[in-house]
Amino acid sequence: MKRDDIPPPYTEVARHGMFPEPRHDEVARFNFLANLNRHLSGVLGAGNRLAWETRVLPAFIAAEGRTPRDRFEVRRAMNRDPYHRLWSALRRNSMEMRQQNGRSIVLRQAAALAAKAHALNAGAPTLELDPAITTPRYQAAVDIHCMPGSYDGELFPGDVSAGANYDCGIFATTGGALGALSDGGGQAIVQWVRETRPGWAPRRILDIGCTIGHNAVPIAAAFPDAEVIAIDTAAPSLRYGHARARAMGVTNIRFVQANAEDLSRWPDGHFDWVQTTMFLHETSGKALPRIISEGARVLAPSGLMLHLEQPAYTDAMPLFEQFLRDWDAFNNNEPFWSAMHALDIPAILEASGFPRDHQFSARVKAVVDRSVFPEAPTGAAEDHGRAAAWEAYGAWKPAEAARAAA
Amino acid sequence: MGDYPEVDALLLAGAKAKGKRPAYFDDPAVDRLLSILMAVAGELAVTRERLDTLERLLEARGLLDRAAIETYRPDREAGHERGLLQRDYVARVLRGVQQDMEALAEGAPDIEAVVRELQDN
Repeated sequence: MKRDDIPPPYTEVARHGMFPEPRHDEVARFNFLANLNRHLSGVLGAGNRLAWETRVLPAFIAAEGRTPRDRFEVRRAMNRDPYHRLWSALRRNSMEMRQQNGRSIVLRQAAALAAKAHALNAGAPTLELDPAITTPRYQAAVDIHCMPGSYDGELFPGDVSAGANYDCGIFATTGGALGALSDGGGQAIVQWVRETRPGWAPRRILDIGCTIGHNAVPIAAAFPDAEVIAIDTAAPSLRYGHARARAMGVTNIRFVQANAEDLSRWPDGHFDWVQTTMFLHETSGKALPRIISEGARVLAPSGLMLHLEQPAYTDAMPLFEQFLRDWDAFNNNEPFWSAMHALDIPAILEASGFPRDHQFSARVKAVVDRSVFPEAPTGAAEDHGRAAAWEAYGAWKPAEAARAAA
Repeated sequence: MGDYPEVDALLLAGAKAKGKRPAYFDDPAVDRLLSILMAVAGELAVTRERLDTLERLLEARGLLDRAAIETYRPDREAGHERGLLQRDYVARVLRGVQQDMEALAEGAPDIEAVVRELQDN
């Protein structure tokens, strides 16, 4: 086995001031799970394609007299295959075990973490919680990625365990591919912006669906003169995220409890940059266009709208790959994942006032310390849905003059 | 502030995530047994890592007397602490059964129904 095939040990995770302290055996559990995940995707994942090609597809053609029409037909056929069943069941168990270990670490020190967060958060004007904000149906229908209590679960007033559990487990789920601070996505965005618009100095940045701010922090650190507004509907995650940023010495992020479908507290054109990182797939068919439309409204002329997600399902993507990428929708409580990746995002952007010739899409990979965190495999050995390689898509908003002339 | 309640980490860590769990096998007992088996496999891996840590540390210090392990007898307090370890282990291994029990009270719709609902709402 090549060195790069073994995920970095959990001891490489960065223990910032809010990070829950894991014990020896809890570290070992995450090491087991990181290697179990890598083995399931990188080695045993190939068996799914073999089952498809050698028996599932031939049986489908024999029965139906045609090939499958969509990824759903592929899934229904594969869900009857014994190899895929076992593989899926193992993967589901690894997700559940990750949650149990993260919660074991966090819940036994929940009171201490709450006190630590309170000390960092008390009186700070940069944390605005609003009890009037309710959890939308698309966040409440199921516990997203099998995370008991989801992002907003609260065991007692002031609890931050939801955020702490999310933070401490990302490293294991992704095999460390997002880096020591799980911020490889945010770092990738910073690199893309610097390469795309050198010298740009945005004044106000809106990060929608920020959870614990792990991707907002590298952006705020890269643009220290900017004010980053990071919003989410989940107070426990925001409470943790604010304390986490403070513990890391990052103070130019304002964490605000808000629902992105209604950004009316901010005026038109208020932000130079509006973005989401792996968030749109956790919304819904009606919420997503509303969020894009509200984001477009609060974006200044010539401003940047950017969204980071896994690659969309296009006609060019084989149905079997679409089926593999759909796994989390049906097996890991990501109920909008499937529909979201099939959406025509360019059309939604266009309807929100971004002409096609102002839109872009780019393939970006996590920016991490490659001496510690090897590049996550893509292609046949890819951990579909978790690979630290994404599609960045969005648009530059037309300048006023161009809009007036149009 | 600062007075926060302690929570029962042992049981809450294994709480069920909201949403109906897919059935991977025709017999639900196979699903359950697999989750038990994977938990046991995981704990064996953890134990082996811990032993590896221990042996490496002891070896580095020249302190290991393997015969003392065979003759060790815990006192009452140490015996209780080891009982708690065993209980934590059992709760971890039987997480799936606990979640089956919690699912009986939940009555959640199929994930397929939620997928369709969120697509159009």
